[in-house]
Amino acid sequence: MAEVLVLIDHVGGQVKKPTYELLTLAAKLGEPSAVYIGGADGAAGAAEAVKGYGAEKVYVIDDAQIKGYLVAPKAEAIAQLAGAASPAAILLPSSAENKEVAARLAIKLDSGLITDAVDLDESGVATQSVFAGNYTVKGKVTKGTPIITVKPNSAAPVEKDGAAAVTPFEVTISDAAKTAQIVASQPRKASGRPELTEAAIVVSGGRGTGGDFSAVEGLADALGAAVGASRAAVDSGWMPHTFQVGQTGKTVSPQLYVANGISGAIQHRAGMQTSKTIVAVNKDEEAPIFELVDFGVVGDLHTVLPAVTEAVKAAKG
Amino acid sequence: MNIVVLVKYVPDATADRQFEDDFTVDRVNVDGLLSELDEYAVEQSLQIKEKRDGEEITVTALTVGPQAAEAAVRKALQMGADKGVHVVDDAIAGSDAIATSLVLAKAIEKLGAETKVDLVVGGLASTDAGMSVVPAMLAERLGLPQVTLASVVETQGDQIRIKRDGDVATEVIGGTLPLVLSVTDQSGEARYPSFKGIMAAKKKPLETWSLGDLGVDAAQVGLGAAYTAVEETAARPPRTAGEIVTDEDGSGAKALAEFLASKKFI
Repeated sequence: MAEVLVLIDHVGGQVKKPTYELLTLAAKLGEPSAVYIGGADGAAGAAEAVKGYGAEKVYVIDDAQIKGYLVAPKAEAIAQLAGAASPAAILLPSSAENKEVAARLAIKLDSGLITDAVDLDESGVATQSVFAGNYTVKGKVTKGTPIITVKPNSAAPVEKDGAAAVTPFEVTISDAAKTAQIVASQPRKASGRPELTEAAIVVSGGRGTGGDFSAVEGLADALGAAVGASRAAVDSGWMPHTFQVGQTGKTVSPQLYVANGISGAIQHRAGMQTSKTIVAVNKDEEAPIFELVDFGVVGDLHTVLPAVTEAVKAAKG
Repeated sequence: MNIVVLVKYVPDATADRQFEDDFTVDRVNVDGLLSELDEYAVEQSLQIKEKRDGEEITVTALTVGPQAAEAAVRKALQMGADKGVHVVDDAIAGSDAIATSLVLAKAIEKLGAETKVDLVVGGLASTDAGMSVVPAMLAERLGLPQVTLASVVETQGDQIRIKRDGDVATEVIGGTLPLVLSVTDQSGEARYPSFKGIMAAKKKPLETWSLGDLGVDAAQVGLGAAYTAVEETAARPPRTAGEIVTDEDGSGAKALAEFLASKKFI
């Protein structure tokens, strides 16, 4: 069975959940081989983690010579690996950087690319959600080695023992690929909350918060949820842009999305419309968000949310 | 200095967008316009020119698209771009990102034949396909580095510094021109064309090129040359309206908590 390369999403060797989802999808297409690009010291931990999700091989590409450079060296590295392994497909977690890596790979390998897949079947047909979530499209790559970036929450990770044979892979990176460089980096302060795009529950706030996100954050913490924001809240300077849900922010697809004080413009809907269950709290009963909801409360979020938060805490004991 | 800004003509996102029978985006029956996110690219291109007062800088707006796509270039000229290029050819219809990046790369090479292109600027994503991959593909084809998703752009000489708000960190990224740059909607409000700008745009050069002008074989582009095939498209079933309650003295919170419990969220 042909190998399917899965790029590991990790921070310092700590493997993130989307990797397991991709390994699960990869098993439908062939034999999953995880690809670790990172520091040598994190490789063993990453290999151990992906072993539990069916990775038969773990290619380790030491990033000592390319660390701090963007996109192009990673694309060169994966292209060289693809040349050696002749995979049936290459799967990458859909992040901004990985989409660019995938784009360069597609040109290098003369292969088709599908971005932001939300599902993948045995025959390689990928499902995408387009036009602000108003349409789903099913398609497949017809030329070269299929390169597919997959959004978080696209599959339930299936635990399965793999051999996880660690295979170091040497790459040669051109000087031309090492021209755009990170010159300074300010790590974001850890919030202790789940990652917005990966969270099972997202609680968001908009203009209706009036800039006070305490009620939104209170409910989010009670539910173990991530916090999101509408563009209006971000543009007002109440929340950083990384919290923005919508066309020019993050697209989320959680089990539960709670929109508070958000009117529900098309740009916001584009980022959350595919959520399984949608709940809204808004003072304006005419707000378009109510057209989408499974349950809506017309009321003031500053009084409704704290009461719900208490109820959640009471129920959880 | 030679700046090329990429502009795309897209169906209005607030209109009822749909697909044709061959699964390509319907670009005829829906009103189109310059992709909102490309306006930021035009804005940043113009700001670079304005900040580097005294240098000879040309901003060229480039689009690939059907006849009507000229409107996107026209808008960029009204905002202040110096000249426009519209690549139009029947064979291009249905092109995927890979083919589009090929046509763009050839057009940029042609523009650079007279004066070297120093900077190619694009937006965060198109508002229709929204793959965000064309700048990277273009950079790969042109053999250039890319610095993307900038919220702040500064240039000095042949150096560029951008700020990018990533998921795990805020980064400053540096590069040396020539390169491909993309900017986000956080980079600063795009200007509205002034009356003077609208009048001036009428006199600005706007060239129309065909595939033949670029030396691109028609077989390399269009739906037939696509690297992916769509098997089906389906309108998402409209969400059925759920229950809406009006809060009175805490009844809303109680009802919402009960709903969440019924769905096993608590």
